[in-house]
Amino acid sequence: MKQNIKNFSKYRYLLSELITKDIKLKYRRSYLGILWTLIEPLLTMIVLTMVFSGFRGNSDKTFPIYILTGRLLYSFFSNATKAAMKSIRSNSQMIKKVYVPKYIYPLSTILSKYIIFLISLIVLAGVAIVLKIKPTIYMLQAIVPLLILLVMVIGVGLILATMAVFFRDMEYLWDVILMLIMYCSAIFYRPSMVIDGGFGWLLKLNPLYAVIVNFRNSIINGLPMDLSALLYSVIFSVVSLVLGIWMFYKNQDKFILNI
Amino acid sequence: MGKVVIRVDHVGVKFLMSSQKVDNLKEFIIKKLNRQIDYKSFWALKDVTFSVEEGDRVGILGLNGAGKSTLLKVISGVLKATEGSVITKGRLAPLLELGAGFDMQYTGAENIYLYGAVLGYSKDFIKEKFQEIVDFSELGEFINVPVKNYSSGMKTRLGFSIATVVEPQILILDEVFAVGDAKFRKKSEKKVKAMFKQGVTVLFVSHNIEQVKSICNKAILLEKGTIVAQGDVDDVCKIYEKKVK
Repeated sequence: MKQNIKNFSKYRYLLSELITKDIKLKYRRSYLGILWTLIEPLLTMIVLTMVFSGFRGNSDKTFPIYILTGRLLYSFFSNATKAAMKSIRSNSQMIKKVYVPKYIYPLSTILSKYIIFLISLIVLAGVAIVLKIKPTIYMLQAIVPLLILLVMVIGVGLILATMAVFFRDMEYLWDVILMLIMYCSAIFYRPSMVIDGGFGWLLKLNPLYAVIVNFRNSIINGLPMDLSALLYSVIFSVVSLVLGIWMFYKNQDKFILNI
Repeated sequence: MGKVVIRVDHVGVKFLMSSQKVDNLKEFIIKKLNRQIDYKSFWALKDVTFSVEEGDRVGILGLNGAGKSTLLKVISGVLKATEGSVITKGRLAPLLELGAGFDMQYTGAENIYLYGAVLGYSKDFIKEKFQEIVDFSELGEFINVPVKNYSSGMKTRLGFSIATVVEPQILILDEVFAVGDAKFRKKSEKKVKAMFKQGVTVLFVSHNIEQVKSICNKAILLEKGTIVAQGDVDDVCKIYEKKVK
């Protein structure tokens, strides 16, 4: 344990260097640069609002921000887990040649995506002001679901990164599972539509939905957090983190033979 | 003699060669259920034991496939030994595959920081040595050009300059002198020789016996993953020459 901490502090600079690299290279050679992080969710929000509020035939004023919150959290979850899964394989050249603690790769990928995600929350603030969402004290608690989400993504990311080294088809399988998670996250529909249909358990089972619920409670509804959702998401993320670290450590010496 | 800086103790490395490659979940589950997965194992290194004292310069000889690169990988920590243990003391500078950690989109200057971080240097250290690295690499104004536009010689020069800017206690060389133009080769040889004078410990892999003789004072001869001879460089080279003929 002590050895691990010492090793981590030696490679702390590499971690920050890899995070900057990810962010820098993502926006190099695009005219709008980092602005894309703001424009992209805004445009999707507009499209989704047009499609789904026309379809529902009502004019709920908070519907755009409802969509935006769900969409931002889901797309961070999906992008970061996908990137973490591929991180070991895409850095195989390095792993084969230089010794570096291997968790640096999934961790740096996830953290760089998290920073971009936090920047994109600016758009949320903008939309909230435009839609005249009343600021409440509960907005401060939004930090809790955001932290839970990060832990969850690191845990799931480590599990996926380990599995993807040994089974290449994980990448396709995860795409399908992500689609399932998206439809079970109530991103562009109200949960009541599903609960009334008797499929409420699908939402309850989805840890990402639990995070989204608490985030929406804090930002839009001005309500305290839903305690059962909070408990479920905390347990899920801690369990997946422990499982992820355990799987990764147990198998990391075999990575080099399989990439 | 001096203290031991590298101790390789009964090291063995086993590779699995599955007769059919199973790399997807569906096949794995089906074959596991039918108990069809069979692995053939292959020992790239077996029961390798030696120790290197401070200031020793050890040549590692052997034909292709003898396990030389595997041994260097185990010592530098990239590969974990299946059995046995390796203990190294002091800062280790592996001059293998120079520039393997470069990002092609990044400029030379950005890569100095990135590659330095990969080698475990701190930010302040790289900042301090930045100019020295640029000067030694002779890249001049090209330092701000993305590395994808570099020639292979330029990449190696930059990689060599970054890797040798530290003063390591243990230097691992894998045929690095075979790169770059004649002028840079001379310069890099000079730099490495200067390190020898400071009493650095060297592990050197080469097929060139003359080079090994001129650099090393001890040698190890590997054959099919086991040590067949070790000791004074001249004695081991004689055995090696006999085997080659």
